[in-house]
Amino acid sequence: MDFDFNDEQRMLKESVDQLIADRYTFEQRKTYMKDGSGFSREMWNQYAEMGLLGLPFDEKYGGVGYADGGAVETMIVMEAFGRGLTLEPYLATVVLGGGLVNLGGTDAQREAILPKIADGSLMLAFAYEEAQSRYNLADVATTAKRDADGWLITGEKNFVMHGNCADKIIVSARISGDRTSRDGIGLFLVDAKAPGVSRKSYETQDGQRAAQIKLSGVKVRSNDALGNDGDPGKALPLIEKVADNALAAVAAEGLGAMSAAHEVTLEYLRTRKQFGVAIGSFQVLQHRAVDVLVSLEQARSMAYFATMMVNDPDPVERGKAISAATVQMRRSGKFIGQQVVQLHGGIGMTLEYKIGHYFKRLTAMESLLGDTDHHLAALARAGGLIEAGV
Amino acid sequence: MDLRFTSDEIKFRDEVRAFFRTALPASIRRKMELGQRVSKEDTVTWQRILNAKGWAVPSWPVEWGGTDWGPVKTYIFKEEMQLAPAPDPLSFNVSMVGPVLIAFGSEAQKKHFLPKVANLDIWFCQGFSEPGAGSDLASLRTAAKREGDHYIVNGQKIWTSRAHHADWMFCLVRTSSEGKPQQGISYLLIDTKTPGLTIRPIHTIDGEHHFNEVFFDNVRVPAENIVGEENRGWTYAKYLLGHERVGIARIGAAKHRIQRAKALAAGVMIGDTPLSETPRFREKVASIEVELKALEITQMRVVANSVRLPKGAADPTSSILKLKGTELQQATTEILMEVAGANAMIREPEHLWGTATEPSIGPEWTTTTAADYFYTRAASIYGGSNEIQKNVIAKRILEL
Repeated sequence: MDFDFNDEQRMLKESVDQLIADRYTFEQRKTYMKDGSGFSREMWNQYAEMGLLGLPFDEKYGGVGYADGGAVETMIVMEAFGRGLTLEPYLATVVLGGGLVNLGGTDAQREAILPKIADGSLMLAFAYEEAQSRYNLADVATTAKRDADGWLITGEKNFVMHGNCADKIIVSARISGDRTSRDGIGLFLVDAKAPGVSRKSYETQDGQRAAQIKLSGVKVRSNDALGNDGDPGKALPLIEKVADNALAAVAAEGLGAMSAAHEVTLEYLRTRKQFGVAIGSFQVLQHRAVDVLVSLEQARSMAYFATMMVNDPDPVERGKAISAATVQMRRSGKFIGQQVVQLHGGIGMTLEYKIGHYFKRLTAMESLLGDTDHHLAALARAGGLIEAGV
Repeated sequence: MDLRFTSDEIKFRDEVRAFFRTALPASIRRKMELGQRVSKEDTVTWQRILNAKGWAVPSWPVEWGGTDWGPVKTYIFKEEMQLAPAPDPLSFNVSMVGPVLIAFGSEAQKKHFLPKVANLDIWFCQGFSEPGAGSDLASLRTAAKREGDHYIVNGQKIWTSRAHHADWMFCLVRTSSEGKPQQGISYLLIDTKTPGLTIRPIHTIDGEHHFNEVFFDNVRVPAENIVGEENRGWTYAKYLLGHERVGIARIGAAKHRIQRAKALAAGVMIGDTPLSETPRFREKVASIEVELKALEITQMRVVANSVRLPKGAADPTSSILKLKGTELQQATTEILMEVAGANAMIREPEHLWGTATEPSIGPEWTTTTAADYFYTRAASIYGGSNEIQKNVIAKRILEL
């Protein structure tokens, strides 16, 4: 039982925290947002230089080579990103796209893709959600039909995080079975510029970018189906594993955003004066701030829990832990997001001040890979965390 | 980072678990499993079994009968005890007067009291709250005037838990009215059989007798029974605030209630469906389990961190353990009562005490749920109400 970072992890934390503190102030972030793709290419290259973009990958693919895929290291990075409200497609490219290729790709696919992610020259997105799927990763209406020398993909994907800038999009598509059956789902690497791909990019409420992607009979070569041990219709367990990785990463990002919002709010309570005194001297606001602290510490514990359980060999235990952590993160995120705005009063409502942006990011996370109700229901169906007994 | 216990810790846990399985008398275990009240005799019996094993006061220094377990093993021990489920050791003895005597008592006091406190030969109660001094404890007025070799104590204490079982009371008394209210308070040990001391019961909303009023009418207390220096009692009482926070969340007890609620809900039918199979119930329980897991890890973080802190120093995170812990104690008693349904409202106190000779009207397990629910409302009131805890956190941790 140990919640410490090792020396290497401490160094990583120091350098990432420093980078975000120096290069991701609220003002700098505003300028990054104005860039065409909605983030800073310069920061992206900086992450590559620091080795962050290859963090989960093996050394032979340009990565760092952590035995467990760098769960703790990813948490450290994501927490810092949450504090800075960073805009770059780290989750989409490294955790989701890179994760799928790394864990489910053939050697040839890994060799072709992972080094380019690590050096910053290739961006990925993962297109899993559809209009009707409502957080169910197995609900896939997009089809993949056998073609002479490959596959034809047809369907429509939405909420594709950073689908606007991705060079390659990994698409889940149904090869066989009913729309919601667990079997028969494949994953395909689609070139974003391939004929038949059309994307409608949009800005999300929190200032990030996403896309709606239409695929009309897009031709994909056989060797662009992700590996799955030679059976391209068995991709769901891989999708679920990578989704859990992403939920653990988002938990850490949420933790970073919540802690920063809490700190900003405390500073405001100490300095803002009304009735001749700091408003933090009022008991009603003190108790609200303590409620925020309690919720934050509960969230911190569950972000750690998610990180330490995400590589559990038993997918049921892993899934329960990730769902439990996600429920806590979403609840804390909503509560803290709403309260920090309230504690600021009017200034909390303006776009000119950072606190509202934390609230918006935390709100956007709520519907990422399943909302609170979705994960609570999943946990309840799986029997919860504690076994019945007298 | 690693959630797992070391192999040494797992060995220890198994040893503790095995001991509880064999050493806890079946009758006491049965009462605990049913949520029945354990009697004074049960508590004494269990404390003496623990003491014979050398495990009665694990957090005390070894020379006074404690162990060298350190925070992680102490945490494991407490968790396993609640999951056994075994009665809680008397906290007034083990976690309050014992540590204060060890830190501030005279050699004579330590020699006289500590072995008896550990073996529960002496049952202590806590004389802190007064009718006019609840959350504002420092405004207490029970006065101790020095006359020769004695203090003459006059005044009244209230909400004195289990004073009717107690042989002695550790008591905060006013010995000076000068300076700030906190400065004139002393920590006095009083034999409850002293003439002039009267104990009257207060019946609580669970219908039971936990609390008392204690009246002092010219009670003569030997001056040697003062702990430490006169007028320093507030400091001694406060010493405990950061102490022994590890058990305060009572995760094990809440877990045990969830285990029971789930098992019992399987036998409660809603039409043709067991309650345990309804999504509403399952999600309600899962919701509590999420918070409980979060608090368990928060507690583990405090435990892991305390290895590094100087002895007696408090981890700021520990202060949220009481806040959230009491909320979850309450939530788990509530869910058990809900599982019992209307049966919970049948009042059959003999079943609560485990002394019934007639079968209960509803299922046996339902007879204790309402009392547990009602009484557990006190958890967020005693030991510094949760609102007072929030004041303390706002000041000390948030620096507001």
